[in-house]
Amino acid sequence: MTISGRLAMLFKAKASKVLDRAEDPRETLDYSYEKQLELLQQVRRGVADVATSRKRLELQAEQLVSSADKLQQQASQAVSAGREDLAREALTRRSAALEQLADLGRQHASLQAQETKLTFSAQRLQSKVEAFRTRKETIKATYTAAEAQTKMGEAFSGISEEMADVGLAMQRAEDKTAQLQARAGAIDELLASGALDDASGPAQDPIQSELDRMSSHSDVELEMARIKAALPAGGAPAAISAGEPDADTAPPPRSELASGPAPSTEDLR
Amino acid sequence: MIVRILGEGQLEVPDRVVAELNQLDAALESAVADNDEPAFDKVLAYLLGRVRAFGTPVPDHLVVPSEAILPPPDSTIAEVRALLGDDGLIPG
Repeated sequence: MTISGRLAMLFKAKASKVLDRAEDPRETLDYSYEKQLELLQQVRRGVADVATSRKRLELQAEQLVSSADKLQQQASQAVSAGREDLAREALTRRSAALEQLADLGRQHASLQAQETKLTFSAQRLQSKVEAFRTRKETIKATYTAAEAQTKMGEAFSGISEEMADVGLAMQRAEDKTAQLQARAGAIDELLASGALDDASGPAQDPIQSELDRMSSHSDVELEMARIKAALPAGGAPAAISAGEPDADTAPPPRSELASGPAPSTEDLR
Repeated sequence: MIVRILGEGQLEVPDRVVAELNQLDAALESAVADNDEPAFDKVLAYLLGRVRAFGTPVPDHLVVPSEAILPPPDSTIAEVRALLGDDGLIPG
């Protein structure tokens, strides 16, 4: 027998086991209805739990985005300050943050799918439970034992199949949520450790403090550079521009590639 | 024929496609038997796609059992085995 047939049989067997055990089918109907209402409550709580986890992920994603942005800024600050080592460090952290973010995105999508499914399951179950209640009252009103067994059989196995399905969906959602919570906890720890530069804790951010220290330092350097430039151009470095020494724009060596005829390079050596 | 996709609900599938679905179901069965996860994923996705394409949802107010029940789209072979094993995994 195929998988789908076997599964259907198993679900049905569960229901008929309950039904066979019942002395008065009417009591079974009432008892089952109570169970259905309980399950409905549980599913609604389940949906709320998944939503909470989803929101937590969204919050973490926001934090990671702002970390990545900040690290990007720090990297360019560091580059313009001539500190490639710091820039590299910042970019390494940024890419770690982005990696986490991508992972979070995937988790978020899967959680959202669970949430949607569970929401639909809850709605469906509610309608079925409502339909079951009506049917149950009709069966009870016109009750004769033999009749009830047959009339009830279908509704009963129908509803218990629905309940089993919803129960499974809930288990799956709970498992997913538990996995995610473990992951989310790990990301929280990572953020807190400063390894991804938690933007909320600037005190423990070594890159920023180094940059801060340097920015006051770089004022000094800038002044130094200005003073040096103002000195009479007698030294070797000034020869780079070969002709009109322009202290302010003194181009970095590679720009000579773009400077047309450029006879200077050969002249230099 | 009424088919349930676990986690998605029941669909009424026309008789003319039942044979095709049965074939796919058999392929799913052998993927489980061979422990061939890639084949399992592929067949299951295709099978569920066919059921969704041909089936019409059973109205919510109808409470009826299904003739066939299919595992949810993201299941693994292990999960299906556990379901079939009747080791108390089916709640209720």
